[in-house]
Amino acid sequence: MKARTRAAALLLTPFFLLFTAVLVVPIGYAVWLSLFTEKQSGLGFGGSETVFTGLGNYATALGDRAFREGFGVLLGYCLLYVPLMMGGALGLALLLDTALARARRFFQLALFLPHAVPGIIAALIWVYLYTPQLSPVVRAMEAGGIGFDFFSPEGALPSVVNIALWEWLGYNLIIFYAALQAIDRSVLEAATVDGAGAWRVAFAVKIPLLRGSLAMVGLFTVIGSLQLFTEPLILSRGTGSAVTSTWTPNMYAYSAAFDRNDYGLAAAASILLALTAALLSFAVTRLTGSRKERTA
Amino acid sequence: MSAPRSRWLSKTAVNGVLALATCYMLFPLVWLVTAATKDAGGLLAGDAFSFEGFDLGGNLARLAEYHDGVYFRWYLNSLLYAGVGAAACALISVAAGYAFHVYDFRGKEKLFGLVLLGVLVPTTALALPMYLLASEIGIVNTYAAVLLPVLVNPFGVYLSRVLCAAYVPDEALEAARIDGAGEMRVFWSIGLRTVMPGFVTVFLFQFTAVWNNFFLPLVMLSDQKLFPLSLGLYAWNSNAHAEPDYYPLVVTGSLLAVVPLVLAFVSLQRHWKAGLTAGSVK
Repeated sequence: MKARTRAAALLLTPFFLLFTAVLVVPIGYAVWLSLFTEKQSGLGFGGSETVFTGLGNYATALGDRAFREGFGVLLGYCLLYVPLMMGGALGLALLLDTALARARRFFQLALFLPHAVPGIIAALIWVYLYTPQLSPVVRAMEAGGIGFDFFSPEGALPSVVNIALWEWLGYNLIIFYAALQAIDRSVLEAATVDGAGAWRVAFAVKIPLLRGSLAMVGLFTVIGSLQLFTEPLILSRGTGSAVTSTWTPNMYAYSAAFDRNDYGLAAAASILLALTAALLSFAVTRLTGSRKERTA
Repeated sequence: MSAPRSRWLSKTAVNGVLALATCYMLFPLVWLVTAATKDAGGLLAGDAFSFEGFDLGGNLARLAEYHDGVYFRWYLNSLLYAGVGAAACALISVAAGYAFHVYDFRGKEKLFGLVLLGVLVPTTALALPMYLLASEIGIVNTYAAVLLPVLVNPFGVYLSRVLCAAYVPDEALEAARIDGAGEMRVFWSIGLRTVMPGFVTVFLFQFTAVWNNFFLPLVMLSDQKLFPLSLGLYAWNSNAHAEPDYYPLVVTGSLLAVVPLVLAFVSLQRHWKAGLTAGSVK
């Protein structure tokens, strides 16, 4: 028995050592950093010193309109992105799961393929496809009488949502499809024998059975959305887009740290974002958990 | 409407929608391929889906020559970060997942709960404190600064535990113990061998994550010689707005950067599907 305990410890140690070094310590360090600020001494000639400021950085971040607007952007982004993502991935997975679908292996692979493209390259490709001089899309849209400026203030949110959808739709679709394939076929046959049509089966049998997968994908989609950074960063640099350098909270933290060298403010902003993620995860798990209890 | 006719209509509708979605997914990639064959003039002027101004050879040659072939240095760096990082990460994850599956010890489920909590931590929020910590211990701007953080993937441990439950035969472990093999020996020669498909799955997902990683290297690295592809292409793209000659470099460089992952996903379909299935059933 002792040998087994020792083996378990030995196998778990590398992971938990690194887990501590890469996750736990940085979280603690961020909290620590967020409590201090740099003060210019005298007239600004004597350099600066680090002083304790308590929750001062949090107050600064929350008092900054740019930071608050970042959360507004995230809210708008989630309201547009999450329903499109969940509905699109679920809808396509249900179609792929019907007896009518052909060439399923091909469709799975083709729809999943954008996930193999690094986020930064996906953003670069789409920015080129949004640029009027370069883009066959913009030209085709204009020929069809639709003038849409992807870099305008109204275009900012849809352009970023489109890139994220392109990257993640296939990934989530495969998760749903795998869960659909795992449903006991006799349950579906029973429903069909009882006279339920394809629509009825999908809505009354298949979707309720997918609850676990829906909750998990929903949770990861929301957490991923909160961390929005790469795609808007590409849009914000030199394209003339309305996306600013502090468009999302993550971009705000990055800009505080590297444009303004204000590490305390950057840490406070990061922690506020992480807290939001924690609260939302808690809410989502509670929501789906309690629903499970009700049906049980 | 007769029954066969309505079935034919439904079939067309279902496959039509799937085909449309596929077009949406594939056309940016097709654009990337045709755009990579054009020179700067052709890219800015021409019809994107034609092969007008075909100059793929020239683009590749310029890519190889530019700044003493720094692009291929980035390529090797990416292979190093993703290959070494993912292999080590998969081994560490499988070892931990195996321990969670095979052994019973006090506080096991609490410890596993901690791992699950780790899955939910927004990693980009950690990049800044990690950078500051790394500068305290003096490893900013080194390979280690990018490699160390990617060794940890809580989701990989979760996945490994699920996959160990699916692959590792408990009787074989017991038989090996009766034959007198030590616990570590049992892990190494039976546990790891039987869960190899799971190892490949974790490796594939981590390889993709590291290959695609952008925020961490952006924060940690300033020396161009250490850049991975993602960061190098980003730097070139920033120049392209002022200097259009960079466009073909960025586009051709992007195409080559996508190739290994596309090949991996096409050839290892069983493994990524296994990963996504295990992730969904809980």
